[in-house]
Amino acid sequence: MTKEHANWSPYDNNGGTCVAIAGADYCVIAADTRMSTGYSILTRDYSKICKLADKSYMASSGFQADVKALQKVLSSRHLIYQHQHNKQMSCPAMAQLLSNTLYYKRFFPYYAFNVLGGLDSEGKGCVFTYDAVGSYERDAVTPLSEAEAVDLVKTCFASATERDIYTGDSVEIIILNAKGVRRETEQLRKD
Amino acid sequence: MVSSQNENRLLSSEGDSQRTQYPYVTGTSVIGIKYKDGILMAADMGGSYGSTIRYKSVERLKQVGKHSLIGASGEISDFQEILRYLDELILHDNMWDDGNSLGPKEVHNYLTRVMYNRRNKFDPLWNSLILGGVKNGKKYLGSVSMIGVHFEDDHVATGFGNHLARPILREEWREDLTFEEGVKLLEKCMRNLLYRDRSAVNKLQIAKITEEGLTISQPYSLKTFWNFAAFQNPTVGAEGSW
Repeated sequence: MTKEHANWSPYDNNGGTCVAIAGADYCVIAADTRMSTGYSILTRDYSKICKLADKSYMASSGFQADVKALQKVLSSRHLIYQHQHNKQMSCPAMAQLLSNTLYYKRFFPYYAFNVLGGLDSEGKGCVFTYDAVGSYERDAVTPLSEAEAVDLVKTCFASATERDIYTGDSVEIIILNAKGVRRETEQLRKD
Repeated sequence: MVSSQNENRLLSSEGDSQRTQYPYVTGTSVIGIKYKDGILMAADMGGSYGSTIRYKSVERLKQVGKHSLIGASGEISDFQEILRYLDELILHDNMWDDGNSLGPKEVHNYLTRVMYNRRNKFDPLWNSLILGGVKNGKKYLGSVSMIGVHFEDDHVATGFGNHLARPILREEWREDLTFEEGVKLLEKCMRNLLYRDRSAVNKLQIAKITEEGLTISQPYSLKTFWNFAAFQNPTVGAEGSW
């Protein structure tokens, strides 16, 4: 009388690396653009970064279908917030919403590993990191300049690409500061 | 002394709906590419029942509304169910009678939601789908898996196609492929699959969708070459049991 076991898994790991750095008056959010399954590459040109609000960007790796569903839930909750409060959500507010949304599915988790980056209501950089079920904390702010931080991100991705088979193709970098948003792309090794 | 009936109640369909555990009749790879005027898709016509090639005239490429084309691999009965869902989707879209019609991007999104929701209920539709089309001059080509993983690209494939066809497409695909070049490229991929995928059959269809409309070719076969030197007198130089 052995229990039947499913021969399919509702989860898959589509890989990737996500990074965010908070500065005194800027925030850098970056993620590679490779999407994989098993030992295959599905596409080299896939964005893992989602704009949740003017000053809140989320980068997520893990199971892509769950990531997309999570992004949808948060985007619609933000839209409702805007309708009700006539303003955008602050980054710390979005951070809490993300935590609660993840814990809501504590017993069938979103297999998503998230990093939320943006500017708080004072214009200071803020970055929050999460586990799959909503544990989160606000990370320390770096004394590096914006240019140094962007450069550091590019170096990190070049290194990660060398050693992690699921990271590569290209890296998408979003830079948020008082002046607005900027987007950079850097090519990475495709092997 | 728990009776076996009591134990099985947890597993059986007592009040609980049946859940898909494994596929029965399956289709193998589908390949799709964008080309100059639109999308080209290829799939063979095999329906395997495990290791038996049971059905050899299964149409795995189908039209969806005015602007889209769907290709499916995996469980054929689940594909037929998906076609019923899509039929209803298109019907309701037409019933609005407002001059607007669902484009490939919208249909792809709908399919993604269907597949993901079934996965959430632990009762997946056991298919990998490719959705392509053209609307208002914009070409679209996307893929959805049975657990809801989805993306768009210039060329996509399901199953073995990901391993055998995508590398060829990465080397040889170009933005401005003509129809003839596109067909040749797809045939090159399908031939490769025919050699190496045991579920492949040598009877395929190629579908083309452009702004003007959709055509699905009549079934035809590819020429294959088996006369490689290494396969002649294979045991020369290595006599033995294999």
